[in-house]
Amino acid sequence: MTTIDTHAGASLGSGDGSLVRSSFLVAVADWLTSSDHKKIGRLFLTLSGIGAIAAGVLGVLVGLERITADSSSIISAGAETQFISMFRFVLVYIALAPLFIGIAIAVVPLQVGARALSLPRLAQFGVWSWFFGVALVVISVSAGGGPTGSDQNFVTMYLLGLALTAVGLIAASIPVATTILTSRAPGMDMMRVPTFAWSAMVGAISNILSLPVLIGALIYLYVDNEHASVAFGGADGTWDWIDWAFTQPQTIVFAIMAIGLLTEIAPVAARTRQPLRPIVLVGLGLISIAALGAVTQSQHPWRWDGSAGDVIKSLILWGFFNVLPLLGAFVALALSLLALKTGKVRINAPFVFAFLGVGMILVGLAGKALYCFLDAGLAGTVFDEGVLTYIVYGTVMAGMGAVSYWGPKLWGRMLPEKKVLPLAGLALIGTVLASFPYYIAGFADQPANALGRFEYEGPSELWNALATIGHGVFALSVIAFILLAAKSFRSGDVAGDDPWDGNTLEWATSSPAPINNFVELSVVGSPEPLRDVKPSSPEVSA
Amino acid sequence: MTIALPAAHAPAPKRHMLVATTAASAVVAMLMAGMLAIWLRFRAAAPVRESSDGLKLIKDWLPENLHIPEVAANTMFSTFFIGCVMAQWAVYAAKRRDTAHVNLALAVCFIIGAAIINAQIAIYLQFDVGIADGAYQTMFYAITGTMIVLVVLGMVFTAVALFRSIGGRGTSTDVFSSHALYWYAITAIFTAVWFVVYVQK
Repeated sequence: MTTIDTHAGASLGSGDGSLVRSSFLVAVADWLTSSDHKKIGRLFLTLSGIGAIAAGVLGVLVGLERITADSSSIISAGAETQFISMFRFVLVYIALAPLFIGIAIAVVPLQVGARALSLPRLAQFGVWSWFFGVALVVISVSAGGGPTGSDQNFVTMYLLGLALTAVGLIAASIPVATTILTSRAPGMDMMRVPTFAWSAMVGAISNILSLPVLIGALIYLYVDNEHASVAFGGADGTWDWIDWAFTQPQTIVFAIMAIGLLTEIAPVAARTRQPLRPIVLVGLGLISIAALGAVTQSQHPWRWDGSAGDVIKSLILWGFFNVLPLLGAFVALALSLLALKTGKVRINAPFVFAFLGVGMILVGLAGKALYCFLDAGLAGTVFDEGVLTYIVYGTVMAGMGAVSYWGPKLWGRMLPEKKVLPLAGLALIGTVLASFPYYIAGFADQPANALGRFEYEGPSELWNALATIGHGVFALSVIAFILLAAKSFRSGDVAGDDPWDGNTLEWATSSPAPINNFVELSVVGSPEPLRDVKPSSPEVSA
Repeated sequence: MTIALPAAHAPAPKRHMLVATTAASAVVAMLMAGMLAIWLRFRAAAPVRESSDGLKLIKDWLPENLHIPEVAANTMFSTFFIGCVMAQWAVYAAKRRDTAHVNLALAVCFIIGAAIINAQIAIYLQFDVGIADGAYQTMFYAITGTMIVLVVLGMVFTAVALFRSIGGRGTSTDVFSSHALYWYAITAIFTAVWFVVYVQK
């Protein structure tokens, strides 16, 4: 509209103070209601970053409780399940799940050459549904609700909050999948979709298929808790019916996009095309089997006892649900390394974060496969928490890589490489310290979901102290990264349009990307369209 | 643009709403599949006992003298299919730009939705057991109540499509195809609910 002045400060207030206030309110209103996918994605991303810090802090509290349970416990024995469930909720549904959905909302339309996200209002609804769901869960658990909670009203509030959280994640996933399926640039068939966008589609569809099952269970629990409390045991039975949504393989579903990120960044770091690209796409698709594993609400263990038929039957199910996702992630990682071998490698912060993060996820996936081998005797031990931490923190590390990589396109400014790179090492140390001691403690039979009052042979205090330090170090690395990113995106070096010598369409528009992403649409002739037009590109057969 | 890729032609219209409705249909299908799975798990775990008249064996979780009005349940089942026919009629008419028939089909489809809810209320009234009376009763009300919510969502979709058509925005068949797809989806879902909850119990 040319007849309306849309400048925020044009008609607001007369004095400086009221102008600032009005501008602030306009900015807030803009962020709350914007249909620009880049703003919606950044909202998710920012809130998820805060969640990652909260996860680290809660991890420290859990560790301290385990070390000092006999002497100075801050959590009563009856509230253990509530506290553990809260810790897992923060890890999975605040730090992990929205992180890459937010990145996908912000980046995928740019990657596939779309002018906008399909159904942006649905994505906006998803953000706020998730946010209010999270708020309800936090309030209810703090006030005595949650699993095994003593206050029935707050238990109900917890169930509603968790359902709203899941609804929000589903609502945010649908526009991502829809955009990739319907809004690709001319010439971009599905085999030419960038690998990150492909993983975003796989991850979004996996969310669409797995999270409604959680909502179904919550509906039963809500009705049961409000009325009879006989079918599901009321508040005491809640955790038994929903704990599958807070552990593997559901968490693997949320990590699919992190693995896709590495397959996107590695060829760019090597300034080449992705070799054996169709196999990478198959590998990313294989990880989505985790969604099927999740909705069966079973760990699919491999039993070595019983008849040969029973062993083979359990082996097939174990292999299908536990080994195939691991195989998919391994294929993606291996082919990313192959891309490095075929090109001229330039190590940068996004690649280091993504590579180390996916490495951590892979260790977690291997641990998950081992956990489900019953003869290892790990069932019911804290080993499961080690797996969860590897996957969540590995994904958050990859998320930091994604912000470093696409931040210049979203904000128009670069993060300083020399300051960011050491944070990758710090986050790695934090992740390993927070997770690996629980692998060892799991073999020593430290029980899961217990905050102390356990005894086993070995230096239990050492393992729990190391894990506590690890959570603290990881939280510090996330805080440092967020501060650095906030400062850099306000006053950092101005980014060029293609600062990484990228392969995909987002680097063909200006930095930061304009509201409608592209001035004109381009014809895509290959999976790496920018590599087609750049001079002296090394050619690798796809 | 900093790198000169050849400019493309304007993209062909894409069916955003149809794809998104497909995803939404997958969501509601998985929601009800999860609820039915838990229902079947409870049912499988329940021991078998003799009925009070000693004539037959029944699953222990079924209340004594349970009476589910089968006429209302079967009427509801068949009504869903009529809703599908109406929704497809709207698509057929929209393709021929026959607005009057689009509006008529959608209005009937809305009434069909109301009839389904009416049948469900009739079942509740004749059911004569309370939601807090036991595990079966709690789960029955939870799963059938959720199904009604899905029907209400379908009616909202019908109303939106109808208002778009009345408002002269019915030139694209995308919204009517999406609307029909949703009704197909909830009909398929109710078929499973009808078989598991009302037939097998």
